[in-house]
Amino acid sequence: MKYIDEYRDRALIKGLVAKINAESTKPVRLMEVCGSHTMAIQKFGIPALLPEHVELLSGPGCPVCVTDIGYVDHAVALARRSDVILTTFGDMIRVPGSTSTLQSVRGEGAAVQVVYSSMEALKIAENNPDKKVVFLGIGFETTSPTTAAAMQAARNRNIGNFFVLSAHKLMKPAMTALIDDGVKIDGYICPGHVSIVTGTAMYEEISAAYKVGCVVTGFEPVDVLQGIDLLISQFEAGKPGVEIAYKRLVTPAGNTKAWDLMWEVLEPCTANWRGIGDIPESGMAPRETYAEFDAARMIPVEIEAPQEVKGCMCGAVLRGTHRPTACPLFGTRCTPEDPVGACMVSHEGACAAFYRYAG
Amino acid sequence: MCLGVPGKVVELTGETAKVSIGGVMYDAALAIAEDIEIGDYVLMHAGFVLEKISAAEADETLDAIREYTNLKVD
Ligand code: SF4
Repeated sequence: MKYIDEYRDRALIKGLVAKINAESTKPVRLMEVCGSHTMAIQKFGIPALLPEHVELLSGPGCPVCVTDIGYVDHAVALARRSDVILTTFGDMIRVPGSTSTLQSVRGEGAAVQVVYSSMEALKIAENNPDKKVVFLGIGFETTSPTTAAAMQAARNRNIGNFFVLSAHKLMKPAMTALIDDGVKIDGYICPGHVSIVTGTAMYEEISAAYKVGCVVTGFEPVDVLQGIDLLISQFEAGKPGVEIAYKRLVTPAGNTKAWDLMWEVLEPCTANWRGIGDIPESGMAPRETYAEFDAARMIPVEIEAPQEVKGCMCGAVLRGTHRPTACPLFGTRCTPEDPVGACMVSHEGACAAFYRYAG
Repeated sequence: MCLGVPGKVVELTGETAKVSIGGVMYDAALAIAEDIEIGDYVLMHAGFVLEKISAAEADETLDAIREYTNLKVD
């Protein structure tokens, strides 16, 4: 397919691998912060192509994986109401909450529907005027504008029974929190699709403040290798900076229409990240002006007291300090078919990617 | 869930585009993208057109990689 096959070209891959191996002389730690990168890197077997001293770490960029247990419990409590239809992207329904998953409450008769878009959830609201339709808004700057667009459309079309429970997050606070926390990173493989919306201004700030390379890249092998090559060239030269290895889609200014819409409807709030804890101004919640579409404000529910999943090391995995294989439950008690932690549920979770491709 | 897929816009109807991905048609909302025309290649994400793919930048990147990995054979 166009814009896929060219970026899987064997000759280009070989050329980039040879260049990286020739250039890289010393140990370097690169972190990918996007779940799709984690998946692509494992799927295409990238680590085996690189010198041994190039270490690739998976960061906290899988939105399903970083969603805290209290949010899942909140969604479960909403789904249990008989007047609610809960709509969500597919990956969320198997994520363990404290005592239930959305899948298990659906088995008990709750209305939980998988949608592929916020607009589909809005349509369900339009078709079910006697129900409250709640959409689980999760994801980073790539997805937040799509939630904002549905909320704006709900207002324009007078759909009063559409609500969003937001766990949307911003990428930059997580990237800086990890370094502030002492995780050692020489370069960030920056998320291609988040960057389509954000542009590169936030990486300029991170790179300048922390002297760390930030290279935006895509998800095919040639994209990923080009990104790694640029980061290694920067590192070897001692000149960390911001570059784009995904110019067919990412510009320094970003998609301002999507960005502006996101900020019109949503505003920053403190958010809890699984494994990292509370990070101020890292979440995105509906603004006061959109309060009527905010499930958290408009639909009161009792939420059970959170209980973390016992034995799961997702936290350490998401902070890049441990590999999934370091978890004693990996591949034994915890598998994609029967996941214990969120990192094993989503395809983009580091544990699931390791299990599928590297295990 | 964050999978974004490239496809070709084959039809525009007001607020949505029909996008062909490997011959299969999908509806994608246009609310967060600008200046999309029929024939454009776009990245589709979560039921939305996220951005147009720049053919010129795509070619330039591939050429640049060929050149700096010494693969330039014409
Ligand atoms: S293997 Fe399972 S239990 Fe262990 S960290 Fe990963 S998701 Fe958690």
